Amino acid sequence: MIKLNINGEARSVDVDADTPLLWVIRDDIGLTGTKFGCGQALCGACTVHMDGQAVRSCQTMAGDVGDAKIVTIEGLVGADASKEGKAVQAAWRALDVVQCGYCQSGQMMSAAALLTENKKPTDDDIDAAMSGNVCRCATYHRVRAAIHDAAKRLEA
Amino acid sequence: MIPHSETTAHTKIPAAGKSVDLSRRGFLAVAGGAGLGLMVGLKVDPAAAQGAAGGVVQFNPFVKVAPDGAITVVVKHLDMGQGPTTGLATLIAEEMDADWSQMRTEFAPADGNLYANLAFKAQGTGGSTAMANSWEQYRTAGATARAVLVKAAADKWQVAQGEITVDKGVLTHPSGKRGTYGEFAEAASKIPAPTGMAQETPYKDVAKFKLIGKEGLHRIDNDPKTDGTAIYTQDVKLPGMLVAAVAHPPRFGGKVKSFDDAEAKKVKGVERVVQIPSGVVVLAKSTWAAFKGRDALKVEWDFSAAENRGSDELLAMAKDAVSKPGVATATNTGDAEGALKGAAKVIEADYAFPYLAHAPMEPLNCVVDLKKDRAHLIYAAQFQAIDQPTVAALTGLKPEQVTIETVWAGGSFGRRAVPSADYVTEAVMIAKAIDGAVPIKLVWTREDDTKAGYYRPFYAHKVRAAIGADGMPVAWHHRVAGQSIFSGTALEAMAVKDGVDETSVEGASNLAYAVPNLKVELTTLKVGVPVLWWRSVGHTHTAHVVETMIDELAFAAGKDPVEYRLALLKDKPRHTAALKLAAEKSGWTAGAKLEKGKGRGVSVHESFNTMVAQVVDVSIQKDGSIKVDRVVAAVDCGVVINPDVVRAQIEGGVGFGLGAALRNAITLKDGEVEQANFDTYEPLRIEDMPKVEVYTVKSEQKPSGVGEPGVPPLAPALANAIFSATGERVRDLPLGDRKFKSV
Repeated sequence: MIKLNINGEARSVDVDADTPLLWVIRDDIGLTGTKFGCGQALCGACTVHMDGQAVRSCQTMAGDVGDAKIVTIEGLVGADASKEGKAVQAAWRALDVVQCGYCQSGQMMSAAALLTENKKPTDDDIDAAMSGNVCRCATYHRVRAAIHDAAKRLEA
Repeated sequence: MIPHSETTAHTKIPAAGKSVDLSRRGFLAVAGGAGLGLMVGLKVDPAAAQGAAGGVVQFNPFVKVAPDGAITVVVKHLDMGQGPTTGLATLIAEEMDADWSQMRTEFAPADGNLYANLAFKAQGTGGSTAMANSWEQYRTAGATARAVLVKAAADKWQVAQGEITVDKGVLTHPSGKRGTYGEFAEAASKIPAPTGMAQETPYKDVAKFKLIGKEGLHRIDNDPKTDGTAIYTQDVKLPGMLVAAVAHPPRFGGKVKSFDDAEAKKVKGVERVVQIPSGVVVLAKSTWAAFKGRDALKVEWDFSAAENRGSDELLAMAKDAVSKPGVATATNTGDAEGALKGAAKVIEADYAFPYLAHAPMEPLNCVVDLKKDRAHLIYAAQFQAIDQPTVAALTGLKPEQVTIETVWAGGSFGRRAVPSADYVTEAVMIAKAIDGAVPIKLVWTREDDTKAGYYRPFYAHKVRAAIGADGMPVAWHHRVAGQSIFSGTALEAMAVKDGVDETSVEGASNLAYAVPNLKVELTTLKVGVPVLWWRSVGHTHTAHVVETMIDELAFAAGKDPVEYRLALLKDKPRHTAALKLAAEKSGWTAGAKLEKGKGRGVSVHESFNTMVAQVVDVSIQKDGSIKVDRVVAAVDCGVVINPDVVRAQIEGGVGFGLGAALRNAITLKDGEVEQANFDTYEPLRIEDMPKVEVYTVKSEQKPSGVGEPGVPPLAPALANAIFSATGERVRDLPLGDRKFKSV
């Protein structure tokens, strides 16, 4: 059994230590907002927070998580949402960022992590932080604008 | 993505447009065939209404009203991001004078009688037709639902219907009476609606629109797609379900010779290993176990009937084909060959385009629950008219015993609508192989998805074009060689005429520019790699050739590229308007000298009845690579239903086209696909995305599509911008590692 802290809840799962956190979150815990896109940390659809840092859950093994606090999209914008999570979600909705939506959980997780570290990111900061998050609908233009918008919301 | 078609055999739909009989009698007459026969307003079983409260009334195939006033729009099109849920809900809300906040949506079941795409006369989504084919149908549905609801209110209040006004979903009468649709749904359900109601209650005049064309209506799928609750196929879990991963032959046309599943079966969670025609399947309790099990299989393949050639050989074959007269002629106006002989100046150019994968963010997948007397499928169904009868044929069931529940699609770009129903077939074959013992979810990995074929075909083009003494074109002789998307499919008869698959030449065979002598020839190549429509289909390559060659001609004539085009588009007012708008908004100035290292290019192209012009600004980087700084797009798509969705689609089209133009290609070596994941088939990333501005041409014409038309103009405008900065032409895509030098 592996013990995990996911969205503030203690969970215990019967999986091998080398099982990617992505599949534990999706198949064992049943939180499906975190998406499978590439399995190789090349697209960012599976991004979650591990102690506040954005990580690719498809390349994070369950056995390596230890005591780290994992936050998924459900936690980022749920009842215990962080202020960054709320600001990102509000900005995403205000600017109608989503198209197919499949990558957007990961985009929002990366965006919130960026805003936690950098209150006023420039376009270059955003490009650097978001480069690992692929969107095949190419909503990038709005992702950039929404991160600036979320930064403004956090300032207010 | 699916071109307009005349018919496919097994569907029958009500006539299009204003004559659609959306009275409940008409609806029930067809609905009766689907086992839903009720006398008047269809009371929906609360369970079937997907969580809606009891007492939900369905007024026609497209509109349901709940007691709490929620209006649910039944969306007949797959939403793969292009926004038809928002668009179709807008049409209903407009006609019902509803408040945007009371609108809900759900995807329609597979039912070709009720939910056909009127452009195809069969149920499916593609060809950028979602809004265009629904424009009258959904407004009629809204207007007729509104009419009976208003009548119910008038009856209750004992007032004349005409005295009742509706605004933001609230019915009011000058006497002070107020009510909501929810209050009258039950009573309205008992009003027998006369046939021909559509004629009696015409939909609104364009001038009276309160929602259509207005800013500020947010996407209706914003909430579930920003809180993790939107359900995609990948997220579906049924009781007892096993996840299936398939080892596919590494070459197209390969077969399983033998396999050893001993190691696979040792993987914890692996339940079964079965063979199906498309490979060897590992079924497991979890996705990860299925993947691990699949990787532990040892499979021997039989490549005797496989496509074993490589990309170099295939491209050489295409290049050879365009060096000779085409097998078929798509267009022949005047005497192109004769005019070329006596022309003042002839420009000849060769072009090459690679296979392209759709690579939607969500790798393909499909859930099947197969029972003796029914099959229930859950997935992002894009072409129900093909999938439903295909599943019926595979299982021996009747089409009506095959039910399809559509969920959100994590992208498609055409990939989920397949004439062979490839991935749906695979999922059903797995369910059959285990006799439907448990529901199964087929899951492809990214690598499976990249290597599975159904690519945008590779093409070679050759153009010889001539200008006269005045610099204007006198002849255009264009050859195209590549695979046909439709040949060999069930849709061949409908789309291939006189040896010409229209999707191989569309955008070239109907050249918009006034060229007196035009010949377009096609040689269709047979290759054992499955191909498919890919966001904007033939226009993905024809627009590049046409729009870069016209630029070459303008340059040869010493004329400004915008002015040159406009002179050749005198009888094309919509092209002209889009081009002028893009030029104006981008600050295009004829003869302007840009600073060294900067380039600017233009293009204009019609696809799916929509005109899009783009002006692209590039910078040549120190290392000779290209950075796109800004794209200004102007669109004429008729009436704009939701301005922001139009902008989003054009922005997305620009990004999709740019990613492919910069670096995407599927290549084969000895028949094996060389790309696997996003490292070898790398999509556009945020740092590659330019600023995009989108402007629309004001129009009262019927709406046309916006999902695809943003793609074709990008690559040629980019190529023309690179030329303006470097003097080098880009005739082969992608750019790849090619380096440029500013002049």
